[in-house]
Order: sequence, then C-alpha cells, then structure tokens
Amino acid sequence: MRNQELDIRPSPQNAGAEAPLLELVGVTKAFPAVLANDNVSLKIAPGEIHAILGENGAGKSTLVKTIYGVLAPDAGEIRWRGEAVEIRNPAHARALGIGMVFQHFSLFETLTVAENISLATPKTAAKLVPSITEIGERFGLPVDPHALVHSLSVGERQRVEIIRCLLQDPRLIIMDEPTSVLPPSGIPALFETIRRLADQGRAVLFISHKLEEIRALCHKATIMRGGKVVTEAVDPTQETNESLARLMIGRDIPHPRRAAATPADAAAMEVRDLTYVPADPFGTTLSDVSLALRPGEIVGIAGVSGNGQKELAAILSGETLLPPRQQDRIVINGRSCGAADSGKRRDLGFAFVPEERHGRGAVPEMNLKKNVILTAHSFGLANRGFIKRPAARAFAKQCIDQMDVHCSGWDAEARSLSGGNLQKFIVGREIRLGPKILLAAQPTWGVDVGAAAAIRQHLVDLRDNGVAILIISDELEELLEIADRLHVIFRGHLSPSIDRVDADSALIGDFMTGGFLPGQPNGEAVPS
Amino acid sequence: MMRLPWVIETKTERSTSAPLIAPFAAVAITVCAGVIILSILGVSPGKALFFLYFAPFSSGFNISEVFLKMGPLLLIAQGLAIGFRAKVWNIGAEGQLLLGAIGGSLLPIFFNDSQNPLMLPAMALVGGCFGMGWAAIAAWLRARYNANEILVTLMLNSIALQLLFYLVSGPLRDPLGFNFPQSALFPDVGMLPILFSGFRVNISIFFAIGVSLLAWLFVERSMTGYKLEVGGTAPDAARYAGFSEARAIWLSLLIGGTAAGLAGVFEVAGPLGQLQRVVSPGYGFAAIIVAFLGGLRAIGILFAAFFMAVIFVGGDIAQTSAGVPFSVNIVLQGILLVTYLAARVFVDYRVRFGTRRRIPAGAG
Repeated sequence: MRNQELDIRPSPQNAGAEAPLLELVGVTKAFPAVLANDNVSLKIAPGEIHAILGENGAGKSTLVKTIYGVLAPDAGEIRWRGEAVEIRNPAHARALGIGMVFQHFSLFETLTVAENISLATPKTAAKLVPSITEIGERFGLPVDPHALVHSLSVGERQRVEIIRCLLQDPRLIIMDEPTSVLPPSGIPALFETIRRLADQGRAVLFISHKLEEIRALCHKATIMRGGKVVTEAVDPTQETNESLARLMIGRDIPHPRRAAATPADAAAMEVRDLTYVPADPFGTTLSDVSLALRPGEIVGIAGVSGNGQKELAAILSGETLLPPRQQDRIVINGRSCGAADSGKRRDLGFAFVPEERHGRGAVPEMNLKKNVILTAHSFGLANRGFIKRPAARAFAKQCIDQMDVHCSGWDAEARSLSGGNLQKFIVGREIRLGPKILLAAQPTWGVDVGAAAAIRQHLVDLRDNGVAILIISDELEELLEIADRLHVIFRGHLSPSIDRVDADSALIGDFMTGGFLPGQPNGEAVPS
Repeated sequence: MMRLPWVIETKTERSTSAPLIAPFAAVAITVCAGVIILSILGVSPGKALFFLYFAPFSSGFNISEVFLKMGPLLLIAQGLAIGFRAKVWNIGAEGQLLLGAIGGSLLPIFFNDSQNPLMLPAMALVGGCFGMGWAAIAAWLRARYNANEILVTLMLNSIALQLLFYLVSGPLRDPLGFNFPQSALFPDVGMLPILFSGFRVNISIFFAIGVSLLAWLFVERSMTGYKLEVGGTAPDAARYAGFSEARAIWLSLLIGGTAAGLAGVFEVAGPLGQLQRVVSPGYGFAAIIVAFLGGLRAIGILFAAFFMAVIFVGGDIAQTSAGVPFSVNIVLQGILLVTYLAARVFVDYRVRFGTRRRIPAGAG
C-alpha cells in the first residue's frame, strides 16, 4: 500500500537548497495499544542540526528506532540520499551512514576507552588509539584512550560513545536526549562538538524535550504530539519557549500555584552527620551528610545523577539499613530510625516514591489492585492477616481516577502501563497514604508535561497541608519550580542549603561541580 | 560477531489460556515418551500405553494406589510451591520427609503397646516438627550466612538418609526383628484409618486435599502469602515495602519442611506401618515436578499430583507385569519436568528464525 503523496510545506530556510539526506514520507507504526507514529514525514539536509521535539510518548523514540533500523514501519517510505531504502537492522543503518548515540551508555566499566570502542569494530584496541585521539582533537572530544571507563565522568563517557559512533564515519548522527546526563557545565562543549559535526556537512538529529537547548542549537525543529507531526521544520531560533511548548503539548504549560512556605520549627526528619560506604564497589560514598526536613516545606536535592542520590534515597527510605550503632543518624518525628526497615518507617508516617517504578515502586507482574497493597496494606486493606479485596480494588480505582492514570482498569498488570503512567499511579498511592513525610525521587521523570504539572501541584498542596517533602531530581527546572530550598549533592557531599530566592543556575551549577567544598578544584562530576 | 540463527524474545501479549498449554503439552509428550520408551524395551506400544496410563484405573486396588501416592505428592508440593513462589528453592523435601518419618516413628516405637487415641496426632506433631527443624537448618544458614538453600537442602537429603540408615539398624531397630533394619510394627492407634477395607488408601488423602484448600487461601488471600509473592517476583519492591527477606526465607522453608515432614509421618503410619530403610520412592523430588507442573498454584497442583501418582502406579505395574526397570519411573518424571520447562519457554517467549525481520506486506 503506497501512501498518498503528502503536501510537505517547504521550509523557508531550505527552499531550493540541496537534496535532503534523509526523508521520511508518511511513516506509520502501530503497536497493539497505540498508534506510535501516524503518517510522519520529515526531511533532513546535510549539515543540518534538526531537533525532534515532543513529550514523552509523542512517538520520538519510535521514529528514531525506525530510522536506525530497530523497528520496521508498517507503512510509509524512508528515503536515504534520494533513494527509497528498507533499513533492515542497526548494522544496515550504520552501513548506510546512520549512527546513533544512545541516552544510556553501553560501556563496560572495567575496560579502557579503546577496548570498549574496539568491541564495536573489527580493529584491535591498540590500532584504534591514534584514530580515537585524532577524532577527539578534530571534534573537541578530549578523552584518554587508555583510561578505564569507570574512572570517567559522565561527560567523558558520552564522548566515548560519540567517538565510537564517529569512527563509522556516519553522515547522519542521531542523539537521543544527549544533554540529560550532563551537568550544566558540560553542555556547551557538547554543543560545540555538534556544531563542528554540522559544519563538516554531517546532519544531526537531536532528540530532546528541553526547549532552551533546541533554541540555542538547532537549525530546524520537527514537533511531535500523540504520534503525529504537528509542525514540520519550524525555525526554533524564531520561537519562544512558550510558543514551542504550546506546539508540543497543545496548550500552555501549567505552572503550580504556590504560596510562600510556612514550615514548622521542629524537623520531621533529620539526617545527622551520616557517612556511609556502600557495599557496591561502584556506589558513591556519602560523606558527612546532614539534612533537616520540616513539616510544610519542600526541600530539593539537585545534582548530576550518580553523585550519591540513589544511596541517600535508599538510606532515607530504609531499603538500606544502617548498623544499629548508627541508629541515631536518621530521626523521624523524634524517633531514631537508622536501623528500622522501610515498613517501620512507614508506620511513622513516611512515604516514598522511588526512582524505579517497575520492580521497586510496583511489582510489574501484579495488577494495580495488588500493587496498592504493597504500601497501603495497613490502611484498611487487610484484616486479620487477610486481604480485603474490595477495599484494595476501591483504593486502586481512586488512585487511577485521582491521577488520571491511563490503563485498562484496576486489573491491569503494572507492566502494561508506561513508565509515566505507572509513576502517576505510584505517586497517587503514596499521596493517599496521608504521609507526614514524603520522599520522591525523580517524581516526574518520564511523565508528560501536563501530568508532571499535576504531580507538582499535588506536592505543593501536600506541603501546604503540613507535609515535609524531600525531592531528589536531576531536573533543575523542576526543583527551581517547586522547592522552597535546595541542597546540591556532589560525590556524596551535600552542599549547604540554598534558599529559593538565592537559587540561580550559576550558583547551583557551581555547586554541582563541587564549588561548595573547601579546596575542591572545580572539576567535572564523576559518577563513582 | 557470532549470531545464532534464531532470536528469542518476550511475548508482549499472552492469552488467558496460555498458562494451561505448558502443563498439557508436557503431559501429552510424557505420555508419548512413555509408550516409546517401553516399546524400545520390548513392550508393544498398545500394552505400554495400557500399563502406564490405563492400568492404574483398571481395578479398585490400583485406583486406591493412585490416591495413596497422590497424598504425599500433593501435601509436599503444596508446601514447596509456597516457597517456590517466593523464589526460595527448597529441594530438600525428600530429607525433610525422612526426618518426619523418623520423628513420627519415635512415639509408636517407644510406646509400642500404647492405646492412647492421641497417639496419631502426637506423631504428626513430632514428625511435622522434625521436618520443620530439618528445613530450619537451611533457613538459618541462608538467612544468617547467605548460604545457598539449594545446595544446603540438597545435601541435607543425603545426611537425612544416612541418619535413617543408622537409626533403623541401630537405636530404633526392632529388638525382636531378627536384625532386619526396620523398627517394630506400630500399634493400631499409631496407624492411619483405612478408607476401604482391603485397599491401602487412608485418610491422609483428605488431609492433603484440606491442606490444598488452606494453601490456596494462604497464597491467594492472606497478607503473608502476598508478602512472600512480592519477595519472589520483585525483591526490590519487597524491600521498598518493608517486607523482610529473612522472614520470607524462614516461612518458605518451614512451611515446606513441615508439609514434607507430615508426608513422612503419613508414610510410616500408613502403608508402611513401621520405620524402615526405604520410606519414600522419591516423593520429595517428584513433588518438585508436581509443584511446577501445577504452575505453583494450589488448584493446578491438585491435578499435577494426580497425574504424577498415575505415572508412579503405572510405572510399578509396568515393572511387575512387563519386567521393565524401575528407572522408567524416574525417566518419565524427568521428561515431564523438562518438557514442562521447555513448553514454558514457548508460552512466555517467541522464537524467531532468521535475524531478518518480517516486513509486513505493504510496507514501503
């Protein structure tokens, strides 16, 4: 079935310019539950930095996977240098000249840079060293080929991924949310590299949902919503954040209503001089962490991921237990809890939204009704050791309704929900527990903009009702929007508290690279 | 890079009947395999089919034997399944059964002329505790020192067997028994009531069915059963919710050990009537297969135990009628487990040949 020829609006910039490198015409891909790509058309010229902008679930990843040969389109045509091609698999895509840098790195920590790269090519590590250095110099990607990967910062690891991709001499480079892993200080260098690639005539497909970055970097943007292209080839430099956001979500971005915080004096939860060496050799050691959380305030913890956030969250939640002699290091409502497991902490009014939804915050194989029992069992869902199924069902239904969770009902298995939807469900469940203290790690990660705003509003409302809230997030914008004060975590050290009014990106960016530590050279954030 | 010519991927959608496919496929293949194996051993296919799968229903005695063997299989498998759902792999039911038999034999041996009607319940209590205690060794080693419970329970089987050999040829041997390695016969109060005179099946089958109901209630409805299941399917979620891992290990092993111990008591207080060197024809191991074949669910296990009992009785009949070796039984059990596990792979995953993707017709 051939699709009808589409009316492609020529972009003002590219009209009459050279032939497109890659062209998609009417690409459609359906999954059992959702039409992920609906008649998507797109053109990318050589030397162009082209953004694909859209919320989570807009169909960006499906589109990228189609271009990279991971998925086959149900209908539509992919034209590469003017010829229709059927990209069979990623190896075929690479052979054509399409490279990809993934959001999540696939590097072996115990191997060197050159060894890691050699795994992807027939050449030996020793022979690759000169080309790694050469590419590094040419594109501003300095990295020591002999360094072991576990000693590298996230920025350096990303450079390794990019070099690995460039060794194949691709004409089109797909970058999937490349800035999401970087500290703010690492972003300009990446942009410089991308610009150099474009200057050489290579095209870059830049996937993001961060509007500022797209406006600063990209020549063109294709905006997707609900699997469809809503606007093709807008010039992002001519747009504002607001206008792009409106195109992306179809309406204005809602901002939470918030009044000034009126925290109580006595801390609901305290961490006192906590030093913790994790059992995991690649974990981050926490050093002298002190933190007080008062009822009626939202405290944020910012930082590049991998600087101790996971370790801190697990210690606060009781998933990692301190030895009994360190019982006093963590105090919840006046009770020492260092060695108390998460069940006991919940009994004291603690609730927790973890970063991982599938397998931690929810059991993927169980339905939503059973998943509310996980933490809400002592809230009337069990009687004399037996589960009260109607009550659990009602609880699950309320969570689904309150948070507008898209699912087939309370009997839907948790694994059938998208990460964002499951997150809404988990947040709803934890909020319904009526906590006194709520810890949320990456509360809106993977959640679409509208739902994220709803979650933030719920958090602010909880705060106004006197709940003490701690938010650990990689997204600085989120913290600046809802936190009353901030700490920054760097290599397991926690910065002094920054008040909302004093928090600007410059100061926080400085703290994120260790600027608050005495005598700390202002280096890059190392995730181990 | 080396690539296999096929790819195994998770099925995204699963039909509701899918869980039933694997056990039925396994049973069908086992039935065929039994006929083929016996044919190779010189039994005609028709006779092989009859001996193995129809003869067990051919007479009242044989039917009674099927239910007699179903009892311990069902009891043990229900106990094990609870642990398996929590991913605690107790494969020491055989040893726990032997300990239960030893414990259950103590009272009738030392009070051999007792008339006390509480003898049987007391035997069950002591035997159950012995089985539980034997499993507790593995639970303690796992919870305290993280010693792998698979290895510990497996090795405890051998220790239990040697302990039994020592006891029946020494301290518990019948002094009037001409030095045979067996205990005195139990008094009547120490024997399970027979259901039909002339047949060996006794009331323990009702007990096993009752335990199945309790197991269903425990697994499907109780908070403790829920916690065990969460611990088994998503350990991080259990830690997040504050469900203790050590508690799950202890509960799983103690329940399995108690059930196996009771099965041991019912063997010595039922068909055997005394403690002897051979207490079980491998019920403890066969029950592992029963638990899996039943999909680790109480109702499925009921059917699986029945089928396994048929294989046991059919194998015995083939052995006596056609002179095939006893190993045929064990071979069939093995085939049953392997085919079940293999069938599960095909139910949960899809195997795709060729690395080339199928392109739907009409694609550009």
